[in-house]
Amino acid sequence: MSIGQTFLGLLESGPRHGYDLKKTYDDRFGHARPLHYGQVYATLSRLLKDGLVELDGVEPGEGPERKRYAVTSAGVSDVESWLASAEKPEPYLQNTLYTKVILALLTGRSAADLLDVQRAEHLRLMRELTRRKAGGDLADNLICDHALFHLEADLRWLELTADRLDDLRRQVRA
Amino acid sequence: MTGQPLLEGDGLHKAFGPTKALDGASIAIRAGEIVAIMGPSGSGKSTLLHCLAGIVRPDSGHVRYQGAEISAMTDGERSALRRTQFGFVFQFGQLVPELTCLENIALPLRMEGVRRREAEARAAEWLDRLDLADVGSKRPGEVSGGQGQRVAVARALVTRPRAVFADEPTGALDSLNGERVMRLLTEAARETGAAVVLVTHEARVAGYSDREIVVRDGRTRDIAREMEEAL
Ligand SMILES: Nc1ncnc2c1ncn2[C@@H]1O[C@H](COP(=O)(O)OP(=O)(O)OP(=O)(O)O)[C@@H](O)[C@H]1O
Ligand SMILES: [Mg+2]
Repeated sequence: MSIGQTFLGLLESGPRHGYDLKKTYDDRFGHARPLHYGQVYATLSRLLKDGLVELDGVEPGEGPERKRYAVTSAGVSDVESWLASAEKPEPYLQNTLYTKVILALLTGRSAADLLDVQRAEHLRLMRELTRRKAGGDLADNLICDHALFHLEADLRWLELTADRLDDLRRQVRA
Repeated sequence: MTGQPLLEGDGLHKAFGPTKALDGASIAIRAGEIVAIMGPSGSGKSTLLHCLAGIVRPDSGHVRYQGAEISAMTDGERSALRRTQFGFVFQFGQLVPELTCLENIALPLRMEGVRRREAEARAAEWLDRLDLADVGSKRPGEVSGGQGQRVAVARALVTRPRAVFADEPTGALDSLNGERVMRLLTEAARETGAAVVLVTHEARVAGYSDREIVVRDGRTRDIAREMEEAL
């Protein structure tokens, strides 16, 4: 997640203090993983150095929370090009579960059991997210759905693998 | 498991010719709980559901509803049990095409001998509850797949059954409509205290359940419970 560009986007609606940025970020995008103050001020000072934000005013007193930041036109272009560019799809080729399955087959342990245990664990989390959706707003549902679809993709891979275990075992141990 | 389960299948075997559809499957459903039955295609999920619902008679093993052996009942007793205690939602083809959606929902009540006016008044409450207010007077052929499934959910719940059997209830729907059907089905079941036996191969659908049982080659596994017991 690019914290810098997200800050720039939030600043487009008007100048804000660092604390305010952190709070808005946490509420909308933090999902139970709030930013540290260190991250917030490190990000802001980098944006400042790169000319993407500027100080909008410093109130008297001590400490970083006195500063108000505004986005510059270079900052606005930066968000814009970030939003317009595609994210690199992750190929997920280094998967722990894959390693476990192959290792189980190589060492003569039950790969079916490990897949069954993993399914139960995935479903446990999927239930939790499904319950959370019932109480959340649409924006919160969106992030839960994102997680749910990814977990479902894991499970589909897992079922397919479970169906192929006999063939896989023969090939791996040949 | 404490107390008597609402519904219980114990050591179920069922063969269709040479095919062993169930090969020692066991499951226990408590009142009001939502249990997903998962597993690969052909593993015996639907056969298990049919045995539990008294639609298919197992070759051996026991099915008990509130402690009473279903296979010991007469055909008449079994169909009365299905009519008054159970509700059903299938993937498709379950609504009577000649009746309106409202009449379809009212049908199980009519079969119990409830008068038309009262049956349709009760059915109309379910139309509202399942966001179906505008489809009551339409026939099943004139509504969308998602609306049709919600009508089927209403029809399954209108008699306030103790158990609802749902076999791939969202199998023919897109994600958004599938979600809506699952949300309404599970909310309504929780409100009325009905247990749900939910057959699905989709994990997102199983996400609406309280726990899952996996069927493979006609045998059941309760992995979450095994994991707990192993601790
Ligand atoms: N009425 C029947 N006559 C003959 N064979 C049957 C019958 N019903 C089921 N079977 C067979 O029994 C096995 C289990 O079938 P079942 O329908 O229970 O599987 P399932 O897990 O529900 O599969 P799916 O996910 O494809 O619906 C399959 O091999 C199937 O072909
Ligand atoms: Mg089936």
